[in-house]
Amino acid sequence: MRGANIFANPQAKWLGVALIAIALIGLPFALASVGTAWVRIANLAILFVFLSLGLNIVVGFAGLLDLGYIAFYAVGAYVYALLASPHFNLHLPFWVILPIGALVACLFGVLLGAPTLKLRGDYLAIVTLGFGEIVRIFLNNLSQPVNITNGPQGISRIDPFRFGAFSFSQTESVLGLVFSGPIKYYYLLLLLLLLVIVVNLRLQHSRIGRAWEAVREDEIAARAMGINTTRIKLLAFAMGASFGGVAGGMFAAIQGFISPESFVLVESVMVLSMVVLGGMGNIWGVVLGAVLLSFVPELLRYTVEPLQKALFGRSIIEPEVIRMLLFGLALVLMMLYRPAGLLPSAVRKRELAKPEGGAA
Amino acid sequence: MSEVLLECAGLDKRFGGVLALAEVGFSINRGEIYGLIGPNGAGKTTLFNALTGIYPSDAGGFRFAGEALSGLRPDEIAARGIARTFQNIRLFANLSALDNVMIGRHVRTRAGVFGAVLRTRATLAEEAAIEKRALELLGYVGIAARANDVARQLPYGDQRLLEIARALATEPKLLALDEPAAGMNATETLELKKLLQRVRADGTTILLIEHDMKLVMGLCDRVLVLDYGRSIAEGPAREVQRDPRVIEAYLGGAVAGAPLA
Repeated sequence: MRGANIFANPQAKWLGVALIAIALIGLPFALASVGTAWVRIANLAILFVFLSLGLNIVVGFAGLLDLGYIAFYAVGAYVYALLASPHFNLHLPFWVILPIGALVACLFGVLLGAPTLKLRGDYLAIVTLGFGEIVRIFLNNLSQPVNITNGPQGISRIDPFRFGAFSFSQTESVLGLVFSGPIKYYYLLLLLLLLVIVVNLRLQHSRIGRAWEAVREDEIAARAMGINTTRIKLLAFAMGASFGGVAGGMFAAIQGFISPESFVLVESVMVLSMVVLGGMGNIWGVVLGAVLLSFVPELLRYTVEPLQKALFGRSIIEPEVIRMLLFGLALVLMMLYRPAGLLPSAVRKRELAKPEGGAA
Repeated sequence: MSEVLLECAGLDKRFGGVLALAEVGFSINRGEIYGLIGPNGAGKTTLFNALTGIYPSDAGGFRFAGEALSGLRPDEIAARGIARTFQNIRLFANLSALDNVMIGRHVRTRAGVFGAVLRTRATLAEEAAIEKRALELLGYVGIAARANDVARQLPYGDQRLLEIARALATEPKLLALDEPAAGMNATETLELKKLLQRVRADGTTILLIEHDMKLVMGLCDRVLVLDYGRSIAEGPAREVQRDPRVIEAYLGGAVAGAPLA
């Protein structure tokens, strides 16, 4: 309760916002002093926040379980890669491609949404899971007879973001500060993320957001109240997918190389875990979940091995194994103690606190 | 008083081998309170579901305000001006009372994704109007003090009233209520009666399923009696009450001549 009181004070609130802003602006330089790899990790974390916020529209707002969300990320990434690489010798600027990627992913979202409108819960999960795999398998095999995706080898030498002569991949010095490629991307991503959060917050507290909530709570009542549930669910799929598409495009540009291997089922599960861990339906919870699940495994990767070496003189358990063990343990503990997530949305908390079972 | 708002003719609804509704026909005039009664399983709720587009009917259909409603989706029917409540309350249980009523405004408002994201002046004005109207409606049914309470935690009677407020938020021409007094005590039922009279006086026609005969007889201008999916009597409440077929349907025929309630 005390926390709520602090935030009730507007001055303290703005002070908090200012401190967070300064921390976020300073972060890449702090990370770069440890190693550029950490700036890249931060960038990937922001991309995952992006993805989680997109998936949160589908799962958190509209209550539609989607286990194939990474497919939209893949679509966005491949759209960017195909239109800005030597593969087809196309080099369109990124501000043209990102909207195209969003649109194509949106189309895929509708493609997935339309046949699954009557499905709920487990059944929807199975179909979306299949959809994710279908997209990946297509990417793997669309190298014959016409080579579109270059199959499992993936597409390399993808263009970085460029504004005329200004390229996001080059290092520059301004006023004695060294801006490496990843640092420049970091600021761009941060800016876009801010935009996405604002869009999400505004959508949630709007007529559309309420309609999503209504569909999630009781579809029959929602229809009787005049909500076209078909359209409103398709809208959720389309919006979520287009966020995924934009994130995919940025991923392709930052990495410079993509292959179907980046878009496996585990990635979908990971993004869903971020949403669930943070708190479905609560935008800040989802952000927290994505940041935690992006950073903690990397921290482990860098600490577990040296720790074991120091203790036992050799590495007994591989970091990857420990990561998965801890990840599993964290999820189990969460389901036991904070089933609605770390920062649950008020509504979700009520749903899960429901004493009488109710319909799933 | 005699302008027809809803006309139903030759309506059939089959569930497998069971004929749930057989050639049901009736008409409701604008400004009327029209009762729908009958023993359990007579097909009253089925008729509601057919009327509001939840089930397609197998034969026959409805004309509402001069337009055929057959084959329309529930949301299209709501948009044309029929709003309903449910026998087993179907509120958005985890949302606040205010949010429930605000969702009812969906069908009469327009803001889309772009309006919401850009917060245009039109969207902001619409949002303010939605909230204002929702609060008014909560006051209208008498639960204004409950606006921020979670629907699920409201007392049973208030949940029924909230469903009515949510239905009224869609600006219906016809308000269809499925057992609104179920689970209410005598005082609450009396309040409900006053509320429904006020709704009618404010220009909304009412179709009422109810088992509380005192309420039906005191409120309804005309009544339709269903039994095994067939309409067995129709007319002014006082006359229907004395109809031997109605008494037989309710009491099993042994006690002919005894008036209901």
